[in-house]
Amino acid sequence: MKTRIVGDVSALPDHEFGLKSIVWWGLLGFMAIESMGFVLAIGAYLYIRGINDSWPFPPDQSPALLPGIVTTILLLASEVLNRWTARRAKAYDERGVKLGVTGMIAAGVIIIIARFFELPNLHTRWDVNAYGSVTWLLMFLHTLHIITDWADTGVMGGWLFTHKMEPTQFSEVYDNCGYWTFVVVSWLPIWALVYLAPRFM
Amino acid sequence: MTRPPRKPRKPVASGAISDRVLEPAAEAELELTWKDPPGFWGWLVTTDHKRIARRYLVTAFLFFGLAGLGAVAMRLQLSKPENTLLSAARYNEIFTMHGTTMMFLFAVPIMEAVAVFLVPLMIGARALAFPRLNAFSYFVYLAGALTLWIGFILNIGPDVGWFAYTPLSGPEYSPGHRSDIWAQMITFTEIAALAVAVNLTTTIFKMRSPGMTLSRVPLFVWAMLITSIMTILALPAVMLASSLLMSDRLLATQFYNPAEGGDHILYQHLFWFFGHPEVYIIFLPGLAFVSSITATFSRRPVMGHIPMVLSQIAIGFLAFGLWVHHMFATGLPHLGDSFYTAASMAIALPSGVQIFCWIATLWAGKPVWKTPLLWVVGFIVTFVIGGLTGVMVASVPLDLQLHDTYFVVAHFHYVLIGGAVFPLFGAFQYWFPKFTGRLLSETAGKWQFWLFFIGFQLTFFPMHILGLLGMPRRVYTYPSGLGWEPYNQIATLGGVMLFTSVLIFVINVLVSLRRGALAGDNPWDGPTLEWATTSPPPPYNFMLTPVVDSREPLWEHREELPVMEGLSTAKREVLTSSPSEAEPISRQASPEPSIWPFLSAIATTIVLLGTIFSEWALVWGALPLGVVLTGWFWPKRPRAGGEAQ
Repeated sequence: MKTRIVGDVSALPDHEFGLKSIVWWGLLGFMAIESMGFVLAIGAYLYIRGINDSWPFPPDQSPALLPGIVTTILLLASEVLNRWTARRAKAYDERGVKLGVTGMIAAGVIIIIARFFELPNLHTRWDVNAYGSVTWLLMFLHTLHIITDWADTGVMGGWLFTHKMEPTQFSEVYDNCGYWTFVVVSWLPIWALVYLAPRFM
Repeated sequence: MTRPPRKPRKPVASGAISDRVLEPAAEAELELTWKDPPGFWGWLVTTDHKRIARRYLVTAFLFFGLAGLGAVAMRLQLSKPENTLLSAARYNEIFTMHGTTMMFLFAVPIMEAVAVFLVPLMIGARALAFPRLNAFSYFVYLAGALTLWIGFILNIGPDVGWFAYTPLSGPEYSPGHRSDIWAQMITFTEIAALAVAVNLTTTIFKMRSPGMTLSRVPLFVWAMLITSIMTILALPAVMLASSLLMSDRLLATQFYNPAEGGDHILYQHLFWFFGHPEVYIIFLPGLAFVSSITATFSRRPVMGHIPMVLSQIAIGFLAFGLWVHHMFATGLPHLGDSFYTAASMAIALPSGVQIFCWIATLWAGKPVWKTPLLWVVGFIVTFVIGGLTGVMVASVPLDLQLHDTYFVVAHFHYVLIGGAVFPLFGAFQYWFPKFTGRLLSETAGKWQFWLFFIGFQLTFFPMHILGLLGMPRRVYTYPSGLGWEPYNQIATLGGVMLFTSVLIFVINVLVSLRRGALAGDNPWDGPTLEWATTSPPPPYNFMLTPVVDSREPLWEHREELPVMEGLSTAKREVLTSSPSEAEPISRQASPEPSIWPFLSAIATTIVLLGTIFSEWALVWGALPLGVVLTGWFWPKRPRAGGEAQ
């Protein structure tokens, strides 16, 4: 059909940050899916807790607190660096972004190592009873998120050094930082359930 | 790197009014930019939402046919008492394949496929937000569908019903891999459906044409948005349910083992937390089709646009509060039962509001009785009957009597076929010209409709009576003398009519593809933007970006459509806009065709099929998956200190 030109969009920018970027909305969608996964897994934990008299099941002991606290502190500390990296990305600071992403890759390695110290200290196995199964479910889901986001950050970080940085890369780094925040925040209720519920519920 | 200079955040208004579109050279460049490579390679690498939607439609329809053949086999088996056409075991497999295929391989994907084709066109966008994700979703869906059906052909198909309740599907009662195939088919199809849902949600929020504020978004797009959000919130539940089932079977976890503190009812909660919204995930797109068809063929906008949107949102919310009504027979606390009864009855209200709005639209309009509108009327009649029986089984005492009888089979077929398949056939007839450039035959369409409508009532209405007489679901045969024979025979006769109707549709499609009348851009004088472009649309959808200032832009601007220029013709570029007011924000790059979505789907398939046999597939399978995902996102920008690759 015939058209009538009423405007010109060629002067608009070719990238945006956060809610103005379509990639960020895609990430929001996937975070919503994963949040539902976490919520339902937490629901399953509480459901199984609700139908059983003892928690954990004898002779299992509650998970050792210290490894979980260490991982939590490390995750929260990484979030400080993560937020700094996000601010550097928004400021188009190439050096700062490279430094921040390198730091996040290193932080990821330390957190993954800390997580593998947590697992034997859960004092249960996934196949002994429903308490063990659902505890390992929560840990598995969160560990999967740490590993996948670490791998993603690693690949992205590699490209920051091997390829020229263009404005859209700052937006990508900013989005990736947002996802790590999700990984950190989602850990807090899981930590409370895995470590405190066996003691206080 | 220093901060790039900021460009203006608003488009520049053009004072000039011009009839020109693009210069011929720019038009040729645009065509070249968005064109796929030729041949089979182009088929593999395309990211064009329309091509991918068409293959989704064809694939989902093929599985509809296969599941329909299963239904015919079941109806023939039940046409007389103590029939030996099918064995008990084969019957179990067939009803499982029928339900699983219809729900996971047909209903959800085909509705999403229609949305994938039409949503970008209706909002005036050049592409979906994530074209490669869309391509990936199709290949993953196809792999899941083939897993299920190849399993069936190899005689390791699932036989535990479409919802695969534990303990029947668990390690104790289902040794072998039948249940594993069902569970992994869930993972495949849900990954695909979730990818599409995220894609549609982002596209609708972020890529609407300038001026298409939320209050001007077509009802079709609203329905697809709500469906997509529901998909995002509901589908993780079934993935979790089936993953825990796999885990119990493969890793000896104890989620569903009461002997070790687990619970079978947990499975039912997780399944139905998905399963009930799923009904509305299938049904809301049906409403989308009905709204579009009703407006076009009533020659007026749908009455009560805002109540319609609010009703759809209300359905989206309430759908998550009903799941326990599938579990009344499990002996849950009475207070809970009362809540879910109330919620189940409450959802009839927003459904009723919409029915009245469509009837009012027809009443106040000048209906043109083309085939798509016949399907709308068929939908209203059938869906209202299904809705009323739904209110009946929302009542706990009645549900306990009717649970697991043919009454429930009748109810959900009235709702699902009435609410989704009737509108879907109407949608095929209505949008076929946009999909293909040619019209379907009206005569064949009317034959198809009447055979389907009468055949449907003959098949499923007697099942209400069979249920009241006490005939249980999922029995492969029954003794004579119970008074069930005549109703089963009528149902089988109706089934044959349904089969004939679908056959006419297939022939109509095949003949019309070659000899159908050429449609032109807007054969029905439709009001929404998909009719502003050619039939079928070019790879870039619109040469220039439409500008919208009403809910029915093509009825508002019959002579000339206001547009904006300025998107690149030399590279793939899409316009992004603000979520509420649709103010243009930026021009963002859109991906080129790529083989990586296909390779990623293969790597995903290797992981998912591997985990049927070994938990270590999750570990070693991650390596090829990581490699292909790295390839997918490999940067095209220049090397540091070097030239562009």
